[in-house]
Amino acid sequence: MRKAIAVGRKEFRQILRDRLSLLILMFVPAFFLLLYGYALNFDVQHIRLAVEDNDRTSASRQLISAFVNSGYFDLAAYVTDDRDYERLIDQGDIRAALVIPPRLQERLIAGQRVPVQVIVNGDNANTAATVMGYALSILRTSSTEYQVQPVSLETTSSGPLISVEARVWYNPELRSALFLVPGLIAYIGMISAVISTALSVVREKERGTMEQVRMAPLSTFAYIVGKTLPYFCISMGSSIAIVLASMVLFGLPMNGSWLLLILSLSLYLAGALGLGLMISTIAESQQAAFQMALLASFLPTMMLSGFVFPIASMPAAIRAVTYIVPARYFLVALRSIVLKGAGLPVFWPQLVALAVYAALMLTMASRRLHRQWT
Amino acid sequence: MTIGDAITVRDLTRRFGRFTAVDRISFDVERGEIFGFLGANGAGKSTTIRMLCGLLKPTSGTAVVGGVDVSRDPEAVKQRIGYMSQKFSLYEALTVDQNIRFWGAMYGLDDDQIARRRTFVLEMAGLAGRENTKARELAGGWRQRLALGCAILHEPPIVFLDEPTGGVDPVSRRQFWRLIEDLSRSGVTILVTTHYLDEAEHCHRIAIINAGKLAAIGTSHELKQIFADRPIVEIHSIRPVDVMKALDQMDEIQKTTLFGTAVHAVLKPGRIDAAALRDRLQAQGFEIRAIDRVMASLEDVFLDVVERAS
Repeated sequence: MRKAIAVGRKEFRQILRDRLSLLILMFVPAFFLLLYGYALNFDVQHIRLAVEDNDRTSASRQLISAFVNSGYFDLAAYVTDDRDYERLIDQGDIRAALVIPPRLQERLIAGQRVPVQVIVNGDNANTAATVMGYALSILRTSSTEYQVQPVSLETTSSGPLISVEARVWYNPELRSALFLVPGLIAYIGMISAVISTALSVVREKERGTMEQVRMAPLSTFAYIVGKTLPYFCISMGSSIAIVLASMVLFGLPMNGSWLLLILSLSLYLAGALGLGLMISTIAESQQAAFQMALLASFLPTMMLSGFVFPIASMPAAIRAVTYIVPARYFLVALRSIVLKGAGLPVFWPQLVALAVYAALMLTMASRRLHRQWT
Repeated sequence: MTIGDAITVRDLTRRFGRFTAVDRISFDVERGEIFGFLGANGAGKSTTIRMLCGLLKPTSGTAVVGGVDVSRDPEAVKQRIGYMSQKFSLYEALTVDQNIRFWGAMYGLDDDQIARRRTFVLEMAGLAGRENTKARELAGGWRQRLALGCAILHEPPIVFLDEPTGGVDPVSRRQFWRLIEDLSRSGVTILVTTHYLDEAEHCHRIAIINAGKLAAIGTSHELKQIFADRPIVEIHSIRPVDVMKALDQMDEIQKTTLFGTAVHAVLKPGRIDAAALRDRLQAQGFEIRAIDRVMASLEDVFLDVVERAS
């Protein structure tokens, strides 16, 4: 054990002095968090809206403020002519236009159906659908007060008999950040742990210190423990830092227990370190190790974990592959803890899967390393 | 250490698939001896050393190092030997002091032992006062001495040096050999491989290995006896290359080699002497500045042994 500690202490010192390792361990996670956190955003906000108000009454103004106060629309221009908003949409100055017909208030009070026109730039179909959704829900809300009918709804003047009250739990505002950030944590933890471990062992091979270590009376077990422990601590530290940063930057809640979070993280990172070691027993150069590590951690964690694409909607063959991606299990546990505040009874099977993966990886890597040593 | 041989090797063989890297090698190394291992690249030197260090299992044969059979207990061998290779395997990002402490811990030394050996190594390597310099900032000679120091922290009775002086300047090389000789005098057995044949003169005994087989073994003096009845003459002239061509035409000459601007010629036993050779060359119109009988060098021996073996 003394030897394992000595290896660990040496490794820590090397990491502190090695710019490449430091970069991978510190800046890559921070960079990814900012890049993906802000860029991978499926929400549509600050939609620039032009308004053609042909009524100019308190009713029409109330409708406009309903749009602006929703938080999704920014009032960009008032126009008086149809051609104006056409031009603004063509120039890309606005994404949507609201056309309020004359005599809105008068006809509302008379209890008539009033068509209100919403025009959306459809060049990005996803965004357009989202914007139309926002607009319809605002108009629907307003119509319950004013009996204004959205033009696209085929309803009678008495209104729908069944009204839907949708409620989204755990992420009531449907912010995609809350869905993506846990995936990001899994993703960053995986990459930094796998790459740094793989590189650190292969570097010793490349520089010849590995041979010297093999000449010393040191067991493979002590070597592996000493080698992985520092990276475990660092990965754990940076993962927790990412969780904290996500709370500050993206408003990630923490509804569950920190202890469970750390337990899940530990199992997950242990598997990642095992994978890194495994790669280091195969690769002979740092470059090869880097590429293998990237391929083995980056793609599966990104594509097959449910981080970006929901597993349930994958074809059966690919869905089967996701069962060997540890991030898949970790994500369930992580989302359960931070978003739902759930406890062990909910996600213990996921933790078992993570533990099995970690045990398997570490054993296989140790075996391979041991065989190579003797 | 018990009295007797430090290393005993009998019929040691290692095959990689159908290729025999080391072929039934046998030799003994006495305690305190500096034993040189010469051979071309790929001759089987490194494979032999790796087997002796317990890193590689022999296919057949036995090797007993420090009283331990390497194929039975490779881990016990590791505690009894020090190993240093050409690459000077230090951690470059760590300081001199941190390297010493790390390797001390690897060999299971406690803090007191490390403190004591640290002083010894710093003094031996001439690094006192530079404890906090990073290994990568040290010049070649210092790094090499530090690597040696780290390899003998646990005071092993046997030390393996695998081409330890590669890439080091001549002054540092001489200093290094002085350290090796000191170690040998204190009773440490040293097995060293080297490319530099002049360095091999420092060895008490030398083994020449060729194509996996032991081609010759003995002291430097004994090895040179293969030239006892074949004089070697050194010829200085203006046109050494032409002289060499002329010599190659003569029946009495066994072979020629260019040594800088001089030509070395090995004469066949009892056929011609230096004076007669001078006359022959001058008769052919060569201007001969000097022609002297010289002692065979280890390089002559090495080339001769390798040529005869293949």
